[in-house]
Amino acid sequence: MFQIRCPYCGPRDEPEFKYGGQAHVAYPADPEQLSDEEWTRFLFVRDNSRGRYAERWNHAAGCRRWFNVIRDTGTHEMVGSYRSGERPEDAR
Amino acid sequence: MDPNEHALHNAPFLWRNPEPKSSYDAVIVGGGLHGLSTAYYLVKNHGLTNIAVVERGWIGNGNAVRNTTIIRSNYLWDESAAMYEHALQLWEGWGEELDYDILFSQRGVLNLAHNLHDERESIRRVNANRLNGVDAEWLDAEAVKEFCPIVDISPEARYPVMGATLQRRGGIARHDAVIFALGRACDALGVDIIQGCEVTDIDVVDGRVTGLQTSRGPIAAGKVGLVAAGRTSLLTAMAGFAVPIQSHPLQALVSEVYEQILNCVVMSNAVHVYVSQAHKGELVMGAGIDAFNSYAQRGGLHVIEEQMSAGMQLFPQFSRARVLRTWGGIVDVCPDASPIVGLTPVENLYVNCGWGTGGFKATPGSGYVMAHTIATGEPHALNRPFSLTRFETGELIDEHGAAAVAH
Repeated sequence: MFQIRCPYCGPRDEPEFKYGGQAHVAYPADPEQLSDEEWTRFLFVRDNSRGRYAERWNHAAGCRRWFNVIRDTGTHEMVGSYRSGERPEDAR
Repeated sequence: MDPNEHALHNAPFLWRNPEPKSSYDAVIVGGGLHGLSTAYYLVKNHGLTNIAVVERGWIGNGNAVRNTTIIRSNYLWDESAAMYEHALQLWEGWGEELDYDILFSQRGVLNLAHNLHDERESIRRVNANRLNGVDAEWLDAEAVKEFCPIVDISPEARYPVMGATLQRRGGIARHDAVIFALGRACDALGVDIIQGCEVTDIDVVDGRVTGLQTSRGPIAAGKVGLVAAGRTSLLTAMAGFAVPIQSHPLQALVSEVYEQILNCVVMSNAVHVYVSQAHKGELVMGAGIDAFNSYAQRGGLHVIEEQMSAGMQLFPQFSRARVLRTWGGIVDVCPDASPIVGLTPVENLYVNCGWGTGGFKATPGSGYVMAHTIATGEPHALNRPFSLTRFETGELIDEHGAAAVAH
């Protein structure tokens, strides 16, 4: 179990949160123009890298807001968190 | 000198530790159960003689020895039932074939139903299984109690047991013995098992794989099979394509050793735990993945606590058992909870991954069809539906929730 810093509530234990997967995956601007291959990529393929990873979390047992976290998937090191609309460089 | 002590101190190594050659006809990346099984069938069924398995760690280090050893084939969909039933039939002769006591025990697998929806889905699955030639029965609560006396079927339970499906041919095997048996069998067939050999790049020329760069030098290869479970995404990235896989920790635990009290495998979706008792006497428990992506082979203690509280629901007497050990492995989860076994966008490069939380049971069948795919360049009929392209065609094999266990 690790601690996650909710940008709105402060640090809390992991069971208070729900995981939302990779961050910054935008809905396609013009979905009808996508090829099957591009649509597959949007629907099913997410980064699965080892190292620093931007991901979404929801503070389900707290303020219930979504935000982003930078976490190392190789070590579980918490680099920082930031609000939706902020940039990864803003993580703290 | 006691002959047993002599045997212990002079136990022969089960496989050689060869230097990698500069070139092989086929190289399997990943020395886990599925990788070794693939190499085994490449020799046995297809007569390849110049092959290697490269493993970044050592044989018997990864998920081969981190799983909960459950074997069953009671999957809902036709494609899965065919794949896993083929594997189960191979298990039934495997100990003898590999000449190793793998303690394969067909003690039966119960999948409990705790509500009306569970019951309807379970009976549907029993019928689907029977149509596919997979043995399956529906037991009411009294029959469950008769088959597995220590399950709590009292109506006062928070999630009362309404019945269960039973696959009598399901059961467990000793996973350490299976990986030892496979390592020895591959070695005896002339396969080079190269441990401590991490793949650092995959050579692709004009859309065709030509070899591997490794921590022990370059290895040329006519064909390459990626059988690396949770690390598959890192490998396919080297070859220039992505797979729809997310790597997650999956944790399990064992209790201290007790006398045999649990005579079968018990699984429950609603309270979410699966339990069996090893031959040695430990209660073995597992459940769902940790939600986040990880390569760290560990997860949160609260997930273990949830598993144990689910276990208490079914077996109140386990409240006095003590945990001996918990651990995690990294599992490769696909969006439809079914594996990917087949061709890739790169010629002569094949992938076998995405078994997620349930790969152990498939070990013989997975290797069998992967070997066929590598040797012939075409998928076997059994793994044809499990293609990488199904995510584009939409022909998913959606076992999430259908596969008799929540993932």
